[in-house]
Amino acid sequence: MSNWFDLSTWNLALVLAAMGAAVWWGVRGARGGFRPAIRRIAGVEAMEEAVGRATELGRPVFYVAGTQDLDDVQTVASMGILGAVGRMTARHGCNLVMPTDRSLVLAAAREVLRESYTAVGRPDSYAPDMVSYISDDQFGFAARVDGMIAREKPAACFLQGAFFAESLLLAEAGAHAGALQVAGTATNHQLPFLVAACDHVLIGEEFFAAEAYLSGDPEKLGSLRGQDVVKNVAVLLLLGVPLVVTLAGVAGWTWAGNLRDFVLRLLQT
Amino acid sequence: MKRLIPRVITSVVGIVLIVSAFVVRPGDDGGAAWPVQAFLYVDRNFSVWFGILAVFAFILGGASLLKNHVSKVLHRRRDWPYSVVTLVSFVGVLVIGLFKLGGPPGLQGEVTDPGAWLLVVFDGLYDPLGSALYALLAFFVASAAYRAFRLRSLESSILLVSAFVVLLGRTPLGTWLSDFLPRSLGFLRIDTFSVWIMSVPNVAGQRAILIGIAVGVVALTLRILAGRGDAEGGRS
Repeated sequence: MSNWFDLSTWNLALVLAAMGAAVWWGVRGARGGFRPAIRRIAGVEAMEEAVGRATELGRPVFYVAGTQDLDDVQTVASMGILGAVGRMTARHGCNLVMPTDRSLVLAAAREVLRESYTAVGRPDSYAPDMVSYISDDQFGFAARVDGMIAREKPAACFLQGAFFAESLLLAEAGAHAGALQVAGTATNHQLPFLVAACDHVLIGEEFFAAEAYLSGDPEKLGSLRGQDVVKNVAVLLLLGVPLVVTLAGVAGWTWAGNLRDFVLRLLQT
Repeated sequence: MKRLIPRVITSVVGIVLIVSAFVVRPGDDGGAAWPVQAFLYVDRNFSVWFGILAVFAFILGGASLLKNHVSKVLHRRRDWPYSVVTLVSFVGVLVIGLFKLGGPPGLQGEVTDPGAWLLVVFDGLYDPLGSALYALLAFFVASAAYRAFRLRSLESSILLVSAFVVLLGRTPLGTWLSDFLPRSLGFLRIDTFSVWIMSVPNVAGQRAILIGIAVGVVALTLRILAGRGDAEGGRS
């Protein structure tokens, strides 16, 4: 069995196992009754406000789950957020409109919304037509969604998922329609556009944490605690290793060079 | 069972794909043990299976599109003429593509051969429309930047100053304006300062975001593998 695995990838396996262990530790703590204090995320808290605003104004809520298919982790994360937004719109009795650009996302989103509306006791308010397929084409999709936003004047727009050049086209259409916009993405090169055009943006890890935050599920919140441990270790490595290696240069410690080499090997892909 | 089966499938497939990232890649002679070959087979073919699934799902998407727009036209709902345009375009391009109109005859002919109507549709309509929409970004960037760079808070002020320095630093005017500075104060030159903003604070921020994303992806994946994700119906 020893020749089944590529032993040169031990470092990645170790990092993955350590991350998994930290998340598992957080979940286990939550199962034991520990309730971690979670930092308030303004963008996530604004979601309920946005849906409430749409309800008061009698205007729809738009939800766009990015422009990638279900094999993209951001689209999967977006389905989790959609579930929470669906529960909000179901509770408020607000109209939700979700254009999609992939057929598989259409099918998944319908299932997620059906679950959400059923979970809050409003299965009668769910309609499959809330989710519609537009086009697989990037700009064809953007043009149609921009047109829908311009005509229907939504009070809230949620742009949650992987976006590319269409991000600003969608966000600006929402801004011109006067919608309260909450965006979220891990596509870091589109973040500046969304920050410029939207009221709130879930940046990177906040986007992945949003589903856990919105669900209020202790185990999911526990996993965020584990996530934070990993981040703290990353920060310690980033600050600590250069500091130790610099001091070693001055003091002549030979072991510091080995430490640096070990950390570099650990993070090598 | 309706929830359990998708959760089990998701977990098993996820774990198999993670493990397959760590198995050895044998050479062309392919002398690996059968479990290794099984992992590699799954690793190679899952994306293909996903593609096949997506193609079948397109029928669902096409049906949804037709149903929505036909219903809109039939009931003369608001903005129904746009739906007529959509339906005509959809059916028209579908017929042109399926029957390969205009190009070399027969099913063997390519839809991209000279004379094919599909090529005309793409070159004459689709591409110019796409380019026109893309070009709108120039105006949208300006209007978004105008709103974002207004002096409302300390953060937006820093954003405004940084953007101004970077914009100026990328033009000959920026170089000319700070050309008078002596060599010892070279770090204050606008072009040098703009490079520093892009390569130090900007890169530091980007890396912090990337580390957060990587950790977030791992945590989300583990939640899904453990059947605790909303996306696959895991909400309790």
